[in-house]
Amino acid sequence: MMGLLQRLGATTLGVTERIGRGHLFLLHVLGGFPGLLPRFGLVMKQIYASGVLSLLIIAVSGLFVGMVLALQGYNTLVDFGATESLGVVVSLSLVRELGPVVGALLFAGRAGSALTAEIGLMKATEQLSAMEMMAVDPLHRVVAPRLLGGIIAMPLLAAIFSAVGIIGGYFVAVGLLGVDEGAFWSQMQAKVDLFDDVANGVIKSVVFGFVVTWIAVFEGYDAVPTSEGVSRATTRTVVHASLAVLGLDFILTALMFGDD
Amino acid sequence: MPEAWVRIRGLRFTRGEQVIFDGIDMDIPRGLLTAIMGPSGTGKTTLLRLIGGQLRADAGSVEVAGQNVAALRSVELYRLRKRMGMLFQNGALLTDLSVFENVAFPLREHTRLPERMIRDLVLMKLHVVGLRGARELMPAQLSGGMARRVALARAIALDPQMVLFDEPFTGQDPISLGVLVGLLRSLTDALSLTSVVVSHDVQESLSIADYVYVISEGRVVEHGTPEALRRSTSPWVQQFLQGQSDGPVPFHYPAPDYRTDLLADGP
Repeated sequence: MMGLLQRLGATTLGVTERIGRGHLFLLHVLGGFPGLLPRFGLVMKQIYASGVLSLLIIAVSGLFVGMVLALQGYNTLVDFGATESLGVVVSLSLVRELGPVVGALLFAGRAGSALTAEIGLMKATEQLSAMEMMAVDPLHRVVAPRLLGGIIAMPLLAAIFSAVGIIGGYFVAVGLLGVDEGAFWSQMQAKVDLFDDVANGVIKSVVFGFVVTWIAVFEGYDAVPTSEGVSRATTRTVVHASLAVLGLDFILTALMFGDD
Repeated sequence: MPEAWVRIRGLRFTRGEQVIFDGIDMDIPRGLLTAIMGPSGTGKTTLLRLIGGQLRADAGSVEVAGQNVAALRSVELYRLRKRMGMLFQNGALLTDLSVFENVAFPLREHTRLPERMIRDLVLMKLHVVGLRGARELMPAQLSGGMARRVALARAIALDPQMVLFDEPFTGQDPISLGVLVGLLRSLTDALSLTSVVVSHDVQESLSIADYVYVISEGRVVEHGTPEALRRSTSPWVQQFLQGQSDGPVPFHYPAPDYRTDLLADGP
């Protein structure tokens, strides 16, 4: 019994200490943001690495998610004779939820794991130590551009996910299921609100981009500098970032749409 | 003997239960080449990290240029590091940058020199280490020895006052080794550099060092000029210098009796 309590206490202390370290790490990294303005090329490089290189998986996933949404939505709406609303169902699902959430989950798997592995390996091969000895702060030079790049790339990826998804939904609804094209687009225009739906979706994706990239860069920086340590850190990034996205999605959805 | 550029007093450093340094004193003279030698695993690299302020001692002090490294704020520490260069054991080149960009890295980070001047400086440093023609290569295309030479060019890019060399001779072919040994000596003399070479390559280190510290088991075993060291009557020093298997320094890591160990179960 005492052993169990001791283990519980040790685990709690360990987790609390790590969360504290993660926040101190974040504060230090955020201190490097002003210095990125005159050298925005560093951030652009990271937007390319995290964003552009994730485009394929985001676009293909968005397309299939949109197509499946149209199929499923049609099966339900047809019973009520409301198939003209299929465009609204597809677009609201994507813009409010699936674009930011599925986009962030894919972002964690594709870009987050790559960030952790890259920074972890830089640590293992002493590149970060070498920077410190060259009087260059690795948190400002290496981590800050990656964090800012992730925060900028994620909303763009979510927007592309939603846009491609809507196109996928359109092909299935109009091309395959025979929904009226005019009704599909006009209902979408009438029901999707720029602030209530699109802006809230963008806010979600910015928050997810920030949290996923923060977890990814912290796990990389905090990794045990061995091949096994980097491998574990990469796994932790995907697991923790995915759980954080799903948990935060509930909180944000409750705050944004809870009183509708 | 010139004044000490690095002054270490009563340095104690532990890693878990293991005592790495147990109250060592050292003076590294300004403008000379000091070799720190000892068997593998004696904490030579750790000592360089303590001098560079990447590790903090449990007790005692490390002063560089009159400043207590452990007491410096991070801004002051970074200012001090601009006056230091460090050659890492594996080179530690930035793998996403070419050879040219690696050497240019400290110049771009700390100076506002025009591109033309950066190019000239980088080519001069690369020429010194014989790799001017390799400027376009990426670190993954270099051998271990070449990577370390590029790292040397990077370490001296800002013309520092002190350079810490961690095992600079490992993995060099005989020609590169000869050039590198001469280079370390000539750099020290030409730039009035304070050089600290950590190595267990006895002959190379003794041939260029002005002063030598030999450390083992957390203590300074012997120190003096290379000639004084060669004349040392300490069996420990003689075993290390001659590379003999028999002597006070055991080759084997502490282990139970060999026969008992082989007959026992378990890992």
